[in-house]
Amino acid sequence: MTDDVLMSVRGLKVHFPIRKGVLVDRVVGHVRAVDGVDLDIRRGQTYGLVGESGCGKSTLGRAMLRLVEPTDGTITFDGTDVRALKTEPMRLLRKRLQMVFQDPLASLDPRQSVESVLTEPLRTHGFPGKPADRVRELLDVVGLPANAAGRYPHEFSGGQRQRIGIARAIALNPDLIIADEPVSALDVSIQAQIVNLLEDLQEQLGLTYVVVAHDLAVVRHVSDTIGVMYLGSIVEESPSDDLYAEPLHPYTIALMSAIPIPDPVVEERRERILLTGDLPSPANIPPGCRFHTRCPFRQTTRCADEVPSLREIRPGRKVACHWSEEIVSGRIQAAASSHDPTATEVGAPV
Amino acid sequence: MNNLLDVNDLEIVFSRRGRKDVRAVDKVSFSVAPGETVGLVGESGCGKSVTSLAIMGLLPKRGVRLGGSIAFEGTELIGLPQDKLRRMRGRDLAMVFQDPMTSLNPVVPIGTQVTEVLVRHRDMGADAARKEAADLLARVGIPDPSRRLKEYPHQLSGGMRQRALIAMALAAKPRLLIADEPTTALDVTIQAQILELLKELVRESGTALIMITHDLGVVAGMCDTVHVMYSGRIVERAQRHELFAHPRHPYTGGLLASIPRLDQPRGERLEPIQGSPRDMLAWSQGCAFAPRCRNRVDECVGEAPVLAPARPDHEVRCYNPLGGSDDR
Ligand SMILES: Nc1ncnc2c1ncn2[C@@H]1O[C@H](COP(=O)(O)OP(=O)(O)O)[C@@H](O)[C@H]1O
Ligand SMILES: Nc1ncnc2c1ncn2[C@@H]1O[C@H](COP(=O)(O)OP(=O)(O)O)[C@@H](O)[C@H]1O
Ligand code: SF4
Ligand SMILES: [Mg+2]
Ligand SMILES: [Mg+2]
Repeated sequence: MTDDVLMSVRGLKVHFPIRKGVLVDRVVGHVRAVDGVDLDIRRGQTYGLVGESGCGKSTLGRAMLRLVEPTDGTITFDGTDVRALKTEPMRLLRKRLQMVFQDPLASLDPRQSVESVLTEPLRTHGFPGKPADRVRELLDVVGLPANAAGRYPHEFSGGQRQRIGIARAIALNPDLIIADEPVSALDVSIQAQIVNLLEDLQEQLGLTYVVVAHDLAVVRHVSDTIGVMYLGSIVEESPSDDLYAEPLHPYTIALMSAIPIPDPVVEERRERILLTGDLPSPANIPPGCRFHTRCPFRQTTRCADEVPSLREIRPGRKVACHWSEEIVSGRIQAAASSHDPTATEVGAPV
Repeated sequence: MNNLLDVNDLEIVFSRRGRKDVRAVDKVSFSVAPGETVGLVGESGCGKSVTSLAIMGLLPKRGVRLGGSIAFEGTELIGLPQDKLRRMRGRDLAMVFQDPMTSLNPVVPIGTQVTEVLVRHRDMGADAARKEAADLLARVGIPDPSRRLKEYPHQLSGGMRQRALIAMALAAKPRLLIADEPTTALDVTIQAQILELLKELVRESGTALIMITHDLGVVAGMCDTVHVMYSGRIVERAQRHELFAHPRHPYTGGLLASIPRLDQPRGERLEPIQGSPRDMLAWSQGCAFAPRCRNRVDECVGEAPVLAPARPDHEVRCYNPLGGSDDR
């Protein structure tokens, strides 16, 4: 099975120093944005990363491409130790690793025509053939008219701009695309167009994706495997079909129950597991289980002082919780539910 | 007439010299009964926010033409003098925005801001108001309220700020609360807390709520009546169960088909609505949705369809609605 792994990440950490002082720069602590992540991205598949804002999804995605330098850990891409690469071999590898961003306009130069936006990577990497032909081909593949080439990014709607961003990402025939919130800024009806485009391109071009997003319904739709992140760490990893049917980690359980479903009949029957308080700061990650300050299933032993490892409790399903088996079997219950007026008191914030 | 709010043929036109007029809201009518939760849904730019600002009397005076009528318990709000409007705002009508920072004063402690509302609208003394303010913060789920009262808005997290704003909006016990995308900027776990809080407050206090959102999931969970807007007009309305069980307008149906459902097996493909909200027809030339519509027929371009009954208590603005015309 390991031979179809395209990218493999082990013990990846990105810690940002917090500096203080005007004259003498002192490091007074670290934001542990990514705090020890292991991942395997399989060729031709989609790995979805979900979690609340600030949990480290974007930093992880960028670190995998070394757009931000990891503090620790290894990244292996198609047999190559990515972190060991010097400038030139890294530049060559970049062709095969691309990124799509949430706000295409911010990532596109407004003074550059679409043609020039798309030609640039072709020139820097010496893509064979006539650039104009490739541009026409790319526009066609992403569903934009040929005359888009002479126009400027601001002349396009949000959905069309994202098509331009995607065209640029596939210009050099990459193997892996990391898409960071690719549809979050778009209206619902447009999101579906872009999701379908990404799926079509994956099939046509044999692409491998990492899709980072906070919208779980969208991520689940496109992903084969989903990693749920909490405070810089993967707390659950699962085939995407199983995640809603049977979430294992208390955070995933709460996340799933919080997502509104566009069906009043379902909404009326649902029980919400409300979390209290806000995400703790990644500069000050709680000891033990990093979720224990908000966990509705928290136990008096182990949770606050023992770090749970990400363990495979059944084939393909990994979870970092001491009590998963007991929670799934119902032997441990959430402290309160939404039908209980004290629900908002569960796991009072620290 | 026992409605709390009656909006009739509301028109909002932005006109600036040297620019084309923007007809942001075009003959919108709806009403809100006491204690009712009414949803206004639609994609960005369809006119949800300007409708709520018009109700609150918060649209700029210059460069905006208002037409039609907005009656709150029979009192016409359009053209009401500023001082009267200001007195009604806070006491009768209150609003919660997507970004609480726009309505909180950054240099005044949270406690002072809540207390001011109580003193102004409920004639409370300073001491009583301070105590009530702490109670209110506790009620909206802010831990350690007496300490929080002394804090400034920037010291609170996004979720806590939104709670503080809800506390402020509810301080005067308004009969109508308008919440404009109150959770759009928040994470889903925080969204769930805030929505649960709003539901509970509405249930307990009998406050009517206009919930503005682009999220059909939020609507499904909390609105009694739903109005779907497109390009400044209401294109469909019904009670929530009726709407989700029998969406009739191709736009509503299209929205529902565009969203992946978390609770159902992963489907093969989503069915997006083609084009973008930018590709619209002026209502004066036919149905604004026609350029994007799968159900388009010849009649759709020419004269605008009218909002007409499609089923009992269910209206739709469409020449060729979903589900055929047999049960119209
Ligand atoms: N360049 C940086 N310097 C310092 N802190 C950063 C930097 N980039 C991100 N962070 C912090 O790292 C954490 C994770 O951020 P991010 O990866 O953007 O999360 P997400 O994408 O899940 O919202 C946040 O607390 C953020 O403030
Ligand atoms: N101050 C303004 N001047 C001109 N046009 C405006 C102004 N405010 C809003 N509009 C226009 O009115 C329409 C409705 O806007 P809005 O109510 O904010 O939409 P929504 O809240 O549904 O996203 C939009 O087309 C918008 O461009
Ligand atoms: S009126 Fe026509 S164009 Fe408009 S929604 Fe109905 S079928 Fe579509
Ligand atoms: Mg991010
Ligand atoms: Mg708005």
